[in-house]
Amino acid sequence: MSLHTLTLFQAHHGMQSKEFSCSELVESCLNAIASRDEAVHAYLTVTEDIARASAQKVDEKIHRGIPLKPLEGIPAAVKDVLMMAGIRTTAGSKILEHYVATYDATVIKKLKKEGVVFLGKTNLDEFAMGASTENSAFGPTRNPWDLSRVPGGSSGGSAAAVAADECIFSLGSDTGGSIRQPAGFCGVTGLKPTYGAVSRYGLIAMASSLDQIGPFAKTAQDAAWVFDAIRGSDPYDSSSHRGDGKPVTPHLEHSIHGLRIGIPNEYFIDGMDADVERLVRDALDVLQTMGCELFDISLPHTQYGLAAYYINTPAEVSANMARYDGIRYGYSSPDAANLMETYCQSRGRGLGKEVQRRIMLGTYVLAAGYYDAYYKKAQKVRHLLQQDFMRAFRSVDCIVTPTSPGFPFRIGEKANDPLTMYLADIFTVPASLAGIPGVSVPCGFVQREQSQLPVGMQLLGPHFGEEVILRVGHQYQRETGWHTQKPQLAFAAV
Amino acid sequence: MALTQHDTKHIAHLARLDLSDEELAVYTTQLSSILAYVEQLNTVDTAGIEYHYQVPGLEHAMAVDEVNACDAQTRAALMDTVPARTGEVIKVKAVFGA
Repeated sequence: MSLHTLTLFQAHHGMQSKEFSCSELVESCLNAIASRDEAVHAYLTVTEDIARASAQKVDEKIHRGIPLKPLEGIPAAVKDVLMMAGIRTTAGSKILEHYVATYDATVIKKLKKEGVVFLGKTNLDEFAMGASTENSAFGPTRNPWDLSRVPGGSSGGSAAAVAADECIFSLGSDTGGSIRQPAGFCGVTGLKPTYGAVSRYGLIAMASSLDQIGPFAKTAQDAAWVFDAIRGSDPYDSSSHRGDGKPVTPHLEHSIHGLRIGIPNEYFIDGMDADVERLVRDALDVLQTMGCELFDISLPHTQYGLAAYYINTPAEVSANMARYDGIRYGYSSPDAANLMETYCQSRGRGLGKEVQRRIMLGTYVLAAGYYDAYYKKAQKVRHLLQQDFMRAFRSVDCIVTPTSPGFPFRIGEKANDPLTMYLADIFTVPASLAGIPGVSVPCGFVQREQSQLPVGMQLLGPHFGEEVILRVGHQYQRETGWHTQKPQLAFAAV
Repeated sequence: MALTQHDTKHIAHLARLDLSDEELAVYTTQLSSILAYVEQLNTVDTAGIEYHYQVPGLEHAMAVDEVNACDAQTRAALMDTVPARTGEVIKVKAVFGA
């Protein structure tokens, strides 16, 4: 049975109406992992025993006629940057290669309470730093649409796992685009919530003023179900905020007729791929025929977003990474003769190149004499970017842009120049700096050589505007079929 | 801002990173090019901009100042992750005279 190809919505209703059992659903996903993941490498750790035991408990409930909660029995994967007690958590790094998490992240606690069945931990760029998953210390993940290409990053494993039907949904994290960009590259839906909407307790920190946990799913409706389950204020995360507390899911069918969509000219630039631009403009035409009103707008400071991000984020990274010192956990150099050597050797050997680069960049921009010129300046530019969005949302309800200027590139193609890799995030970074929510939904494919490569459209909303962007995404998906297409992998039939 | 290898070595020491000469050379080039890119912010007029570190909608998020001791099982799990220990005490190399 190909139960692993179901959406969350379909899986829930199928189990509830006893068409199939939770154990059958979980087994289908585990078989998909067994036959596909050697090629895709989405997973770092597969937790089969835990998954089967959880599935049995759900089946007992179904057998006793107890109605299922929306996410109950649904098999999910989790980016290996989230703490799951008793399970190896590596952050994609050698420095945590053997580290076993000692507590559950708040989102994990919440999803356990909802009855989610966890299949395992997925691959990522080391400590969530990257746009291709090539920075993982444990090898790259491959794009299910073309195994010679990247799935995007940093949540490449979580995106690929959903695209390859190796789970029903997954969790990722997004700091500068790390959910939205791989969602676009893998032809799935990926949501970065409003900053503060989801608790960061138990998320291994990268840049604390930007990090957010969010879902990858096969549909915007599925993403809404997961978002409603993981959101909420948390006493363990003082930056978390309940917003208006209203669930998104009940509003997905409300009319989008008359909804005002802003198209910022700064996101349709020379040098971006012409096919990508065409597909996003076609999607906008579809939204117009569905009754949305389109407006050209300007977000004038967009071009400075990446520069502001690559000062702000390394600064925060340099602070957050200081805890990996070989003292309390993680790799500790056995050759150190003194304390300084413990620090320098453990970090020198245990941390990868991109992580070291960003730590050093951050150390430099925060150093005495440079703080005003770099970090303080970047904060002021960040403020200007926020103002651009706030001004725009006074006259439009939603902003639509391409998720990326390009399409999935070949593994190794951008590995030698860090700056070229950073440019992959040029359309996702401004929304991160402003703290607003963004979702990437599939809007078509480009043909390159023998491969069909996915392209994503990014929907941005005002703070706590997840309801608007998911509603538009859901209704766009009802009108089009891009999100239902599956990669034709060269695997043995599952 | 073009960094010298001497600058990079100093930054690496501040960041507590042991790097080889080859690594220092590569990072010097890469960091210099990234800094050159981000320096475009110097062209942005930010006169009079007041910024604030605020999560929209939140102010003065406070917590009660009381200790929540962790249970024995969590404590044991935490101690299990320590690279060098004697009983319940974390061992480190000498702090002075390094």
